[in-house]
Order: sequence, then C-alpha cells, then structure tokens
Amino acid sequence: MTTSTASSAEPRPGLAAAASADRGILTRDFSLWYGGFQALIGVSASIRPGRITALIGPSGCGKTTLLRSFNRMNERFPGVRTSGQITIMGQNILAPEVSLIELRKSVGMVFQRPNPLPLSIYDNVVFGLRLHGGAGSLCRAEEKLAVEKALREVFLWDAVKDRLGARATELQLEQQQKLCIARLLPLRPEVLLMDEPCSALDAEATAAVEELLDGMRRRYTIVIVTHNMAQARRVSDDCIYMLSGRLVEHGPTAELFINPRDRRTEEYIEGRYG
Amino acid sequence: MSPPEAGPSTLGSGPDRAANLFAATDLTRRKLRAQRIAKYAFGAMAAAIVLPLLLILAYLLVRAWPMLSWGFITEVPANFMRGGGVWPALVGTLYLVTFSLLVAAPIGVLAGIYLNEFARDNWFTRAVNLAVINLAGVPSIVHALFGVGAFVIFAGLGKSILAASLTLAIMTLPVIIVSTKEALNAVPMAFRQACWNLGASRWQVIRTIVLPNSISGILTGLILQVSRAAGDTAPIMFTGVVFYMAVEPGTLLPYSPTDQCMALAYHLYTVTTQVQDAPEALPYATAVVLIGFVFVFNSAAIILRTRLRAKKKW
Repeated sequence: MTTSTASSAEPRPGLAAAASADRGILTRDFSLWYGGFQALIGVSASIRPGRITALIGPSGCGKTTLLRSFNRMNERFPGVRTSGQITIMGQNILAPEVSLIELRKSVGMVFQRPNPLPLSIYDNVVFGLRLHGGAGSLCRAEEKLAVEKALREVFLWDAVKDRLGARATELQLEQQQKLCIARLLPLRPEVLLMDEPCSALDAEATAAVEELLDGMRRRYTIVIVTHNMAQARRVSDDCIYMLSGRLVEHGPTAELFINPRDRRTEEYIEGRYG
Repeated sequence: MSPPEAGPSTLGSGPDRAANLFAATDLTRRKLRAQRIAKYAFGAMAAAIVLPLLLILAYLLVRAWPMLSWGFITEVPANFMRGGGVWPALVGTLYLVTFSLLVAAPIGVLAGIYLNEFARDNWFTRAVNLAVINLAGVPSIVHALFGVGAFVIFAGLGKSILAASLTLAIMTLPVIIVSTKEALNAVPMAFRQACWNLGASRWQVIRTIVLPNSISGILTGLILQVSRAAGDTAPIMFTGVVFYMAVEPGTLLPYSPTDQCMALAYHLYTVTTQVQDAPEALPYATAVVLIGFVFVFNSAAIILRTRLRAKKKW
C-alpha cells in the first residue's frame, strides 16, 4: 500500500514545473501526529502558485489537518508532533527561526463558520493592518483606501459602503464570509487557506463566494478544503485526493475527475464512499 | 364508512375521542397536570428566595428606624458606644474594602488571564487551579489566622488596616481568579482564532478582543467580592479592627494605613455582644448602614458594567 501510494503521489507531468517555482507550497514527506494518532503520513505535494488547489477526501482523511499545517494552526493542540518539511515561498515554515506572527500574515485562513470579530465592518478589515502597523502608522485616509480596496476585491463594497460602522456580526452569513476573506487582504497575503468556506452557506451564497474565488485566481495561491465534489470541480485548477492521512492523487482537476489514475480516487469521486 | 378504531387502548378512547381527533386524551391531561404542578411548585421556590430577603430588609428598617438619621452616618459613637453614629466604622470599612480590592483585583484578574489565555495544560497549571479552588473553600476564620501569622507577625505590619486588608485580599483572591477565568472563557474561541490567523500575538488578542468582551463578567466577580469583604468579620477582627477609635466626625481620611480602624461588621458584632444597655435600634441601624454601603458600592459597579456591556457586540 505504501509503495502504491508513493508512486501515485508522484507529480504528474503537468505539475512538474511547479516543483521549481518558489512561490507555491511544497511539502516533503510531511507527517503529523496528534499524540499517538498519526493524522498525516508522509505527504509530499507541490502546490502551484497562483492556482486554486482543492483538498478532497472523506471525513477524517487529514485534509483539514494538512491545510492547518500550512500556517501551523495545529500547534496549539497539545501533543502535536511533526516530521518532514513544508516550504512556502521558498522558506521552510517549520524552521525554528520562523515567527508564527509573520507566517500568518502571509498565509491567511478562512474558516467553515464565518468568524467576523465583534467590531464594526470597517474595524474588521483594518484589524490586521492595525495589528502589524504599530501605533499611528497609517493615516485615516490610507486606512479608508485599504478598506475600500479589500471590500471591492470581495464584491462587498457596494453592499456595505454606507454602513461601514455597522457591526460585522449583523451581516448576512454570505457577507460575513466575504468579510472574513476581505480582512486578510490588506496584509497582502501570498497564500489563502480555506477550510470548507461554503459549508455554512446556502446555494446562492456559495455561488457568490465561488465567483469571488474565481476572481482571485492568479493573484493568490489558494488551497481550499471541500466536501463538495461539484465545488472542487467548479473552482479548482488542481486537486489533491487524500485518504487515511495519505496523499493518494494530485493532478489538474479536469484530468483527475475525468481520468483518475488511482482506483480509490475513482471510487470516491464517483460517490462510492466518503 | 365509520372512522377506524382509535389506536392502542391505553391512549384513551373515551366518547370525546371521536368528536375531535386532536382532543387531549387522559394521558395528555395527566402530563399537563404534572407540568402545571411542577411550574407552580418551582415558582413557589423561586418566590421563597425573594420573600425572606424582603422580610429581612423590612424588619431591619423597622427596628432601626428610631436611630436612623443623617447624623447616625456622619457622627462618631458617643456615650460609651450607646449613642452617636458609625462614621469611623463606615470609613474603616471603606478603607479595608478599597485596600483589599486594590491588592486582590489586579493580582486576581491578571492571574485569571494567565490561567485562561496563556497557560498550557501541564502539571503547574493543574496545581495552580487546584490550589485556587481549594483556597476558595477555606473558611474565613482560617484566613484570619493566616493573616495574623503572615501579615501581623511575620511581615511585622502589626494589627493595622494594611494587615487586615491583605487578609481580606487573600480571602477574596481565589474567587476573583475563578470568576475572571469564567468570564474570559465565555468569549468564543472563534474570535481568538480569527485574530491569530491575522498574525496577532496573544497579548494583542487579549487587549483588543478578549478583554473588551469579558470586562463586564470580570466586574461582576469583583462586585461580589466587595460585598464579601465588607461583610466578613472574622478575617479582620484579629488583624486590624478595634472596638473604638476616636476620629473627627465626618472626616474622610481619619486613618493612616498603619493605624487600626473600626469596621461596620465588627461594630455590629461589638454593639450586640459587648456593650451593655445599648439601645435596641443601634445594631439594626448599623446593619442598615452596612447593607447601604454594599448597595452603593455595587450600584456603582453595576452602572459601569451596564455601560460596558452595551458595547458588547455579538
């Protein structure tokens, strides 16, 4: 099983170029344990920069764990150990001199449930800037500009421009989730991690967020965990299929869905399990 | 065509069953009766909590009435404690409560923040938490003995306002820590996660999000401890309060921290047990002043809390 996994995990020819690029995400033989339980087993993947990569697989396959490893969010759980390497923008993020604060500035995350802060819409968007700016580093006009730019980027500006002082927690769920994406942008992140960002949204809101993702392609390296096969197919350029903590298959989405190389991938995307 | 026989016979098939398919059956009526009985019984218990409180307050006021006057608050005891007012005791209690709060509030709140926001789950944290819980359960007379040993004798403070306040602080500290932790714990984890993911340091998260959203809960814990510190007699009677202390009537700062002082709770105890031929209304009037003191202190905190809570945004 191990050998077959390893062979099918080899990058396809179409992905080979990514290995040399230093803006993407590169994992080498990455394993992660929660105490005695090994959640990730020797994951090696090369995620292409400026693309949307979907992580798919049945519940408990480790896709969320892998996603959370990219900005080291797993570490606050007790008993988490890792081995192997994760390189983002050419930098090993597991190196001891890496500051989590700086890492998370560049690698932002969007959660399943929208989690706007209990502040105004405006304050939510500039929250990150204020965290990193030090006191009074930005004048009001610059702040306003950053807020407008971020909100326009997520198609939220027109809906909220007249009530930026309103509480973010009172927005509709879809708008909250867009705001949660917008609030990452003023920090100019390189990578956006999304953990089932649409699972709390209805079909219409999901479509809106997917449209937004489509517009963000090329500008950010986006990794998205999803349970929704159709969504993975619609939004992603590349797809990683995981099972029981192992990376089973990684390839361009179109190819992976039409012509999966691994029997288990085929069975999963056909809906035979998961 | 007649309707089919109503379901299982236990579910009631009386004559009215046919009249309306959804009419209450005997079983349903029994359920509703049980619910009604429970509602009134529990309601009576809830009322039983309020009733004694009102009765006590009314009784105190009636018995205290002959002596209650503005002068009773602003004057010093006269005629060998049988007359005059309670000013020195009132100011003494204010001193004790303020000093103990000045010590216990920062230590307790900061320790609570550490335990809830920074501490990892290890043997040290568990030991601290266990100590806090056990300390909260120690009787106040034991705190008094500790205060005598630690502050009066060992630290050399003697019997003084300082020693008594520190003893009160030790007594109130554990509960302040626990209530602070609970208030912080009530702030949803999602807020912290959101901040950490923007690269916020733990302290930034605490300062900008966690504290503003938990301050009202933290204040509630502090308010409760004010009442406790003002009302408890045991911890102060060996460590810094006296039977009588001559001060100028109406002066706001009659004591220095190294002085001993009078206190309302102890005054109440002495005029009840130690003073012969004290007027009957005297202890009741003292009790009314003590309750009034706690009430004023709490009201101020409750107003502050309401203001802060109005800003809470989720």
